[in-house]
Amino acid sequence: MESPLLHLALVGTPNSGKTSLFNALTGSRQKVANYPGVTVERKEGAFVTPQGRQVSLVDLPGTYSLRGRSPDEEITRDFVLGRATGEVLPDLVLCVADSTNLRLTIRLLLELKSTGRPLALVLNMFDIAKRRGVTVDVAGLSQALGVPVVTSIAVRKGGTDDLLRLTDQLAAGADAAGGERANTWRPLTVPELRATQREADRIINATVSLPERPDTWTARIDSIALHPVGGLFILLAILFIMFQGVFAWAQPLMQLLSAAFDALGQLVHDQLPEGLLQSFLQNGVISGVGSVIVFLPQIIIIFLFILLLEDFGYMARAAFLMDRIMGGAGLHGRAFIPLLSSFACAIPGIMATRVIDNRRDRLTTILIAPLMTCSARIPVYTLIISAFIPPTKVLGLINLQGLVMFGLYAAGIVSALLVSFLVKFFLMRDYQPAPFMLELPDYKMPRLRSIAIGVYTRAKMFLQRAGTTIFAMMVLIWFLASFPQPPAGATEPAINYSLAAMIGQALAPLLSPVGFNWQIAVALVPGMAAREVAVAALGTVYAIEGGKEAAEQIGQVLADKWSLATALALLAWYIFAPQCASTLAVIRRETGSWRWMAVTFFYMFALAYAAAFATYHVAVAMGAG
Amino acid sequence: MSEICDTRPPLPLGLARRGYTGTIQHLAAGGTTSSLPDVELESRLIELGFVEGARVEILHEGIVGRDPIAVRVDNITVAVRRREAMAVIVA
Ligand SMILES: Nc1nc2c(ncn2[C@@H]2O[C@H](COP(=O)(O)OP(=O)(O)O)[C@@H](O)[C@H]2O)c(=O)[nH]1
Ligand SMILES: [Mg+2]
Repeated sequence: MESPLLHLALVGTPNSGKTSLFNALTGSRQKVANYPGVTVERKEGAFVTPQGRQVSLVDLPGTYSLRGRSPDEEITRDFVLGRATGEVLPDLVLCVADSTNLRLTIRLLLELKSTGRPLALVLNMFDIAKRRGVTVDVAGLSQALGVPVVTSIAVRKGGTDDLLRLTDQLAAGADAAGGERANTWRPLTVPELRATQREADRIINATVSLPERPDTWTARIDSIALHPVGGLFILLAILFIMFQGVFAWAQPLMQLLSAAFDALGQLVHDQLPEGLLQSFLQNGVISGVGSVIVFLPQIIIIFLFILLLEDFGYMARAAFLMDRIMGGAGLHGRAFIPLLSSFACAIPGIMATRVIDNRRDRLTTILIAPLMTCSARIPVYTLIISAFIPPTKVLGLINLQGLVMFGLYAAGIVSALLVSFLVKFFLMRDYQPAPFMLELPDYKMPRLRSIAIGVYTRAKMFLQRAGTTIFAMMVLIWFLASFPQPPAGATEPAINYSLAAMIGQALAPLLSPVGFNWQIAVALVPGMAAREVAVAALGTVYAIEGGKEAAEQIGQVLADKWSLATALALLAWYIFAPQCASTLAVIRRETGSWRWMAVTFFYMFALAYAAAFATYHVAVAMGAG
Repeated sequence: MSEICDTRPPLPLGLARRGYTGTIQHLAAGGTTSSLPDVELESRLIELGFVEGARVEILHEGIVGRDPIAVRVDNITVAVRRREAMAVIVA
């Protein structure tokens, strides 16, 4: 008879190596989804034990206790207690500890025991502990705690063998006995908390010897990286290199991809007879989806940086350095990481705000995250800048195009800080800064494998989006721009007879005060699905024929047809660009209310309109109309 | 070592400067201006290892108002704001 699927869950304090263990055990057999109701990333994977047992493993958010003070920690609590909707109670909870730092995890484990779930303690990072001269009496610890204990090295090949063996043993034992204890967990009072910590310390004193040499590398790096002034310069330098990477290093790859899609379009063009199918495949599908996939290198680079910094242990330091500085604008230090991620895309950024436990801090961060210039705006910026801004040198060394790009990023950041300040001032008058309490983990050499897995899952998500949402939108645009077909003997371009033109004309009165023509209006509508679609939509709308969809050619056309004032107004609009449906949907899910979604949409729309209006009229007044 | 600790007057960690080392005497969440309820603040401090008898050292200070501080608590490093560190009485 086949034994039933075994459900395992990883619980532990932040940075104890849960995700590394998860990656080591499941490899790329992972499914990243959301828990129902809240957008907390739910990572589930599968593996098979040496004895052939099928196991499903869940990586839970890090926590110090089961009290659940943030949405993130609540997930862990509910999962372990079996309160999470649609989840099975884990057959075995693996409590993961950083072996160099057992105090907090052992306390957590003592608390976990009261849940009645079968438990095991995994002494992870055992390599580091050994190197530092920590010795653990594993059998004694197991006896004192009353749970099985194994050591592991998540980042080394074979480092999880003991854990796998234990899983098999426990699975066999559980099938035979099947006895479970009752759940008696309730939130601990302060005296109980203290008592469990004492108990934990007593057990550690009896079984672990700590000739703890503090990590001298971490101390050395921190003496520079956390220096009040020097640390900020380093942080700035890192950000500078990151954006340099996103813009400069990604270029060759992007050109390559773009050329490949052009060639593919041309191939289709040559193979198929003139007509609707040819136009659909070439202009609708290949150029549309291609114009978005071109940004894959940038997405990969930005996630590469973020994951590298996270794995290295720097992200907590960045939050430390920025805490009081961001506090001036009413933001929490922990908001730094979500906001930084928002430069890739506001969606992971908004999801990352769940590490902020105070509701108001979290809300403010969510509201301003879409103002960080996400990578989907890059195509729009690049297109317009290269078409309208000459590549002249300012002061002999700064490229004017680069300067405008930088200005757009800066404008996004400044307006985010301003909005946050206003929110704090008007909506949250009685605001009290929430505490900033964060463990600064020892620095670790980033692990290629876990970073590769992280980048790979992100890239896959992006491509899936390109293959579904964006693809569907491009089909829609192509349809709107192609039908109805012009009457026989029509003299104007075909698109002027289409549905797209009608929609554009209908929206034009609203947008003409900011200098937008009907073609822009049409392009902004599908931009709701994904901001970057606007570029492809402009291309389709301007009915460019014969594989000329490369950005330079659209740029040519735009430069002929738009005034500089219109171009600048569109740039100003895109600093705010309220029309991203996925971002709005995530805000709705994360805040659990339509209200905040509506607030975000309207405030961004108002800012976009005002900025475009002002830009257009100032530019016209200066003779750029 | 214990002599130094015994003769020094108790002091909230929130007032100590970079380089300070000492031992936690007790927690006094009541006297702080933290936005957290006392019980919650005390629970969180305990969960991060701030318990009686733990050795603390202030390793780093932030740039604005020397805040937040990075504190070595036994063998981990924790970042806290001075406002919350006021609840930790050291000597
Ligand atoms: N040397 C060593 N490093 C590890 C081990 N497990 C995890 N790490 C590193 O510890 C850091 C935090 O690990 P992560 O899995 O992200 O922790 P999580 O927050 O619990 O998910 C990463 O830099 C890992 O590469 C281990 O067993 N040995
Ligand atoms: Mg993790």
